[in-house]
Amino acid sequence: MSFDKKPYFGILVFPGTNCETDCFHVLKNILGARCKYVWHKESQVEDINAIVIPGGFSYGDYLRSGAVAKFSPIMSFVRKFASKGGLVIGICNGFQILLEESLLPGAMLRNNTLKFICRYSHLKVTDTDNPFTSGYKSGEIIRMPIRHNEGNYYIDDNGLLEIKENNQVILKYCDSSGKEDASSNPNGSIENIAGICNKKRNIFGLMPHPEACCEKILGSDDGKTIFESMVNNII
Amino acid sequence: MLKVNVYVTLKKEILDAQGLVIRKAIKQIGYENVNEVRFGKFIQLEIDDKNKSEEEIKKEIDYLSDKLLSNPNIENYRFEMVGK
Repeated sequence: MSFDKKPYFGILVFPGTNCETDCFHVLKNILGARCKYVWHKESQVEDINAIVIPGGFSYGDYLRSGAVAKFSPIMSFVRKFASKGGLVIGICNGFQILLEESLLPGAMLRNNTLKFICRYSHLKVTDTDNPFTSGYKSGEIIRMPIRHNEGNYYIDDNGLLEIKENNQVILKYCDSSGKEDASSNPNGSIENIAGICNKKRNIFGLMPHPEACCEKILGSDDGKTIFESMVNNII
Repeated sequence: MLKVNVYVTLKKEILDAQGLVIRKAIKQIGYENVNEVRFGKFIQLEIDDKNKSEEEIKKEIDYLSDKLLSNPNIENYRFEMVGK
């Protein structure tokens, strides 16, 4: 494989994905990276350094969020790519797909409020020892938009113990002072978990939308650091 | 043709927010005796395959229920053959 100097991102597109252009815009126009869309029917992608699984409603989310997308041909490539250490980030529906695919542990339940949530949330960066949040300060409080109906993260007791022991919890919902409790938990997620990585730390899933807050004019550019961290960790 | 009913429900240990709302509504209309409501999915399949035995089809339904129709991390499933 030959790489240009600039990192090259593959942005997956399923029927119903709707955040791919935001991701493309951020990576190309703001960070100057190279990127291309990858249709879910493809089974091989050449030369990319990282995979982005954007948000949306793959296959309409009719059965369970992400449940049908995992059978798309591109997902066997994602598995292979990730097993060789390639960086994979799943945002919102992309996170749900990674969970359904068992590339990340746990599952998503319907929000405990039974309502679709669309607003900004404060988040605490609880881990920075990974290629996705290495640009933040540990414990930093940031703001990102959340918009989902099934963002209520669940994992059984043993699984929870394991992801905590391995520092796989990367983002947690909190209030502006950093307090994590029921009142700052928008959807009922276990221990306010908003984003986790795998044990090898090259797969990251998060419910908030970093691609929607990378420019000050949009109200926050706190999300940019996630893509910058990825770019810096590729070079 | 074989008809199969698949039932998918949340595991016991998982808080069922939809079930709780339904239980509240039931109590509000006066049925105080309903203690628990579990909400779930009902999926009916019709299968037309003369070349496979019922046992083989059961194996396929089991696979489909485990891999697609339910998420074993949060849900249980059961299915029944309801007729030909």
